[in-house]
Amino acid sequence: MSGLSIQSISMRFDLPNGGHVQALQDVSLDLKAGELLSVLGPSGCGKTTLLNIVAGFLAPTDGKMILNGHEISGPDAERGMVFQQGALFEWMSVRENVGFGPSMKGMPKTDKAEIVDHLLDVVGLQDFKEKAVYELSGGMQQRVALARCLANDPDVILMDEPLGALDALTREKMQSLVLKLWKETGKTIILITHSVEEALLLGERLLVMAPRPGRIHKEYRLPFAEMGVDADLREVKKHPEFSERREEILGMIWDMEEEIMGRTEAAT
Amino acid sequence: MIPFLIYVAIFVVAFFVVTKIAQRSAISDYGSLKTVTFGDESAVTPNRAASVISILTIFLLWGMFTGSALLPKFLHAPGPFEGTGTFEYTAQAGNERDTATVTVVVHPIDTPTDAPEVAPGDGWAKDDSVAIGMWRSGLLRVDRNDELGRGDGAEVVEINGSKVQPGDTVDVGFATVTISDKGTPNIQPNKGWQMEPIWLPAPEAVVKRIGEIASEGFRGSTLWEHLGYSLFRVVVGFFFGALVGIPLGYAMGLSNWFRGWFDPIVEFMRPVPPLALIPLVIIWAGIGETGKIILLFLAALWIMAIAARSGVSGVKISKVHAAYSLGASKAQIMRHVIVPNSLPEIFTGARVAMGVCWGTVVAAELVAAEQGAGMMIMVASKFQNTDIVIMGIILIGIIGFGIDMLMRWAERLLVPWKGKG
Repeated sequence: MSGLSIQSISMRFDLPNGGHVQALQDVSLDLKAGELLSVLGPSGCGKTTLLNIVAGFLAPTDGKMILNGHEISGPDAERGMVFQQGALFEWMSVRENVGFGPSMKGMPKTDKAEIVDHLLDVVGLQDFKEKAVYELSGGMQQRVALARCLANDPDVILMDEPLGALDALTREKMQSLVLKLWKETGKTIILITHSVEEALLLGERLLVMAPRPGRIHKEYRLPFAEMGVDADLREVKKHPEFSERREEILGMIWDMEEEIMGRTEAAT
Repeated sequence: MIPFLIYVAIFVVAFFVVTKIAQRSAISDYGSLKTVTFGDESAVTPNRAASVISILTIFLLWGMFTGSALLPKFLHAPGPFEGTGTFEYTAQAGNERDTATVTVVVHPIDTPTDAPEVAPGDGWAKDDSVAIGMWRSGLLRVDRNDELGRGDGAEVVEINGSKVQPGDTVDVGFATVTISDKGTPNIQPNKGWQMEPIWLPAPEAVVKRIGEIASEGFRGSTLWEHLGYSLFRVVVGFFFGALVGIPLGYAMGLSNWFRGWFDPIVEFMRPVPPLALIPLVIIWAGIGETGKIILLFLAALWIMAIAARSGVSGVKISKVHAAYSLGASKAQIMRHVIVPNSLPEIFTGARVAMGVCWGTVVAAELVAAEQGAGMMIMVASKFQNTDIVIMGIILIGIIGFGIDMLMRWAERLLVPWKGKG
């Protein structure tokens, strides 16, 4: 079976004082190949934990994950990850960063150079090939991170708030780029974000998570990602359904935050 | 005290003069347009004029108070009296008084001079003469050539006409004369404000000594051999320290067992100053090369181990995660992520270690050595060869500074990504 199947994952952290935190409880999810899923939720709802489990950096206390018919047990090149920032290798040039995955596999130099050149064209950084990554702006650095991830040709791309540290304008351009890459490469993508708009724009499917314990609260299927592939994202945002959904989800998250606050107040 | 006051005066005067001139030729770069400079550390840049004046002032003071030939005479602090001076003494034996003249020749210490011949003069008290070296004092038994000596009850009662008793001091212009408990005049020619060369030689004397030692050597080795030995010890000790310390630090950063095993040892040894190990190392390995290299190895080892360990712990976990997600193996992560990421820390550690090693080698050579920069100044100090001591200190400083510059240069060249992560 092709696709990613997350089967009743639970994650429980023991605390030094004898208590424990239920970061995730019984999370199940099936993702078909080529689907774009955005995950949204208030802080502490376990969305980053979920991503780290799928990436293989954490082992869940319960449940399992199946990718293309085999179980996930650790990090692997089949699941690429794009971090918020600071995960580029500053001792390497842009070209070396993008070619890191192929180099690790021992790919012949000419093949590697071809892949790197192609991806630098795609993300529009051909002119910055030999620059050190710390000489680039934040948006450019995230494009390098995207290209580096794609160079490995992973089955699933995991994005942990990849655009969170960018300014609003750069962020909008990057959102279009993500949609374009998704359409062109047909990769399965899981994207975590704090921004409701971003989740609506980029999520073909949208997962709203709730905290304490971390669980799936509601799932949506949305048309906006498909729309945004060809259209201006600002036009998409004017869509009446878009603002309706935005208000709905904002209200949902607002209530969750209220509830957390209330509970904390009651506890103290 | 006086040199310090002159120093402060130059500091203050130069400040007002330079800022006055600088105001007139004010440049308007970005920094000069800042209105808030007090508290903005980035707006504070070293004033180059101040640096130049600072260095010149040190040499000026040095020259002033050593009577340096490099300075025009009028800048010299008052020097010691040199030349011939006279004073009179009046001796009394019973009721008989007589006056005689004492001629004092004050000569440079390194040109021995005999007391001049003087005519005995009239009366029973005869004229005397004496030669005294500059900065020295001399007792003169003025009654020895008199017709009535101490045995006859004669004693000195006046110097240049002023009444004296044993213990009194009289200023005779070029010198002071103190009557000792036994009644003998002690002549102390004026010392002036300048330093005696055995305390502080003039700058040109130090330069001359550098030339002499560079061409003739010191204690059977040339100057370059002395410095070369010290440098060789530092380089070899540091090399072995880094060779063992860096892998040890990596192991401590990557493995629980290594961290647990070596943490107590490293944390205990780190605060022990290498100088405190010198006696033990001498007992175990003697004063030869082995002992020094073991000492410097130990000085560099802990610093390099800690630098490598903190280099590993400074790797952002997202970089390691990214590398794993890109399909890197453990060995590849070590080679392509952990090592390059820790290099800046290791370079910083290496700079510290080189500085500590250089200080330690000089100290170890001060204690015991056959050759070396520290041995040179230690032996010279025993013979009051202050010029060699100062020369040694200057050379040690220059080399230490050179080592640090070299390390910084290597750092810029080899780890340009330092601080850019």
